[in-house]
Amino acid sequence: MGHWSRAVWVLGLVALALFPVVVTSPAYVAIGVFTLIYMACASSWNMFSGYTGYIALGSAVSYGVGAYTMALVSIHANMAPGAAMFWLVPLGGLVASLVALPIGAIALRVRRHTFVVITIAIFFVFQLTAINAGFTGSTSGLILPFISWNESYYNVPFYYVALGLVIFATILSALVRRSRFGLQMLAIRDDEDRALGLGVRTTSVKLTGFALAQFTIGMAGALYAMFVGQIFPQFVFDPLFDVSIALMAFLGGLGTLAGPLLGALILESFQQWLTLTFSNSSLYLILFGALFLLVILFMPQGIVVFIRDRVTRRAAREKAAVAAAETTLAGSRA
Amino acid sequence: MPILSVSGVSRAFGGVQALQDCSLEVAEGSIAGLIGPNGSGKTTLFNVVTGYVRADQGTVRFREKEITGLKPNQVFALGIGRTFQLTRIFERLSVLENMLVATQRREGWLRGLTRSKSSPEEVSTALELLDFVGIAGLAELQAGALSYGQRKLLELAYVLVADPQVILLDEPAGGVNLTLINRIAEKIRALNAQGKTFLIVEHNMEFVMSLCDRVTVMHQGSDLVSGAPEEVRRDPRVLDAYLGGGDDELEEVAGG
Repeated sequence: MGHWSRAVWVLGLVALALFPVVVTSPAYVAIGVFTLIYMACASSWNMFSGYTGYIALGSAVSYGVGAYTMALVSIHANMAPGAAMFWLVPLGGLVASLVALPIGAIALRVRRHTFVVITIAIFFVFQLTAINAGFTGSTSGLILPFISWNESYYNVPFYYVALGLVIFATILSALVRRSRFGLQMLAIRDDEDRALGLGVRTTSVKLTGFALAQFTIGMAGALYAMFVGQIFPQFVFDPLFDVSIALMAFLGGLGTLAGPLLGALILESFQQWLTLTFSNSSLYLILFGALFLLVILFMPQGIVVFIRDRVTRRAAREKAAVAAAETTLAGSRA
Repeated sequence: MPILSVSGVSRAFGGVQALQDCSLEVAEGSIAGLIGPNGSGKTTLFNVVTGYVRADQGTVRFREKEITGLKPNQVFALGIGRTFQLTRIFERLSVLENMLVATQRREGWLRGLTRSKSSPEEVSTALELLDFVGIAGLAELQAGALSYGQRKLLELAYVLVADPQVILLDEPAGGVNLTLINRIAEKIRALNAQGKTFLIVEHNMEFVMSLCDRVTVMHQGSDLVSGAPEEVRRDPRVLDAYLGGGDDELEEVAGG
């Protein structure tokens, strides 16, 4: 990692950590919580789909399972409302990963394009089940134990836990990228059959990656449920969730470390801000459509790759210019 | 006892009988050639041996062990490496990372998660092999930027990472210039001298005839003739096979 990119990471982290200190308005801190939740999800989604090239469009299952784990356990265990409920966040992630194992075992039997369709189909099975089952509260949803923190700082603990999830997802992605396991996923992305022929156990690598990616998404769902206090099957098992995180990763740069974070930061905060400012929750869809046309036209590999290419090209040009100048100088001396 | 033996293998794709009762033996430490008109089943035979395609009938043995129906990763782990006719490399990984993908066969499932991409020994082995095929200077380059000939060399190098006993090469001399063909032939001889066994599919007759100890000619999915290069070249059935196939390789076979 170069000096510049390290500086950008540190600055980004400091800015995110100071945000609720500087911007104290609860409405804006709430936007921050939602944005961080999406950043964690997009980063984690990218750790499987970006690395292997298997585009999963059923991650809302993990988000919903995480949310329902939080809701059902806190309600049925009669938990005292408060910070202790944060302990259920990792549990939500664990349950999401366990649920993902049989799903992955089925969906990963097929290759790429078919995989996309199968994940969507499995998602709808879960959504319909959640809407119709009794224990999910069906369409009227579930109300979690009410946390009576003061309105002016209610959002702040959630903000920092969500920031923790983002850091967790990012570090996990970076570690995976440096491990053999990550190299195997990238090899699968480039040529799965060739990887198999070089001894990579492609099936177990894909399944492990898939289940691991669902862990953070499940945790994010659990945190969301605790944050909003009431969940509905149609909102936690939401097909737009998958479209959103996939688009965030594409916008920022699929397969890169910073790309999904940046994509989610831009899109989710923008969407929340539009909803808050114009109290129109579908206006963003039109703007997003236009934005994506521009991205696909001008930087099809995403913002991060676009900028990185510019920087390396400029550095190469400057180096060439210096070398040329030295040659001229040497020539004139001789 | 042959190191690799194929006996009575058949395989149909829909109505096309790609392999029909095909048998073949490769002696340990030899360089065996596999020739035949296009569509005679050479690549399908490679696919059956390396586990990419299942045989409808027949068996494949590696030494004493039957390997029919094993998966490609299992066949590779036993010590049979292969290259592909159209080179297949990991284009968005660096040349060195391409090599490292092949180093990972001896590990358990969970160890891969916790270990870093490579140990220093693995990197130095990979660099030695890249140096052996002559592309060590390109180790940090993205593999997608390699020329066709360099890709062929990389493919040969990463098959060698796992130190296989048998190496199957699918048209190693196809589409590369004469200098490189000679370099590849030289590498094959050097590896053979170290005891590695080769089975080579190739259309370049000069390459096959000069390199191989024994040549098998395939025709319509079966093994037609096997023998020393000179015998095979003079066998009238071989000429018939190429003539019958309407293939323009006749002159090459006859003229050598």
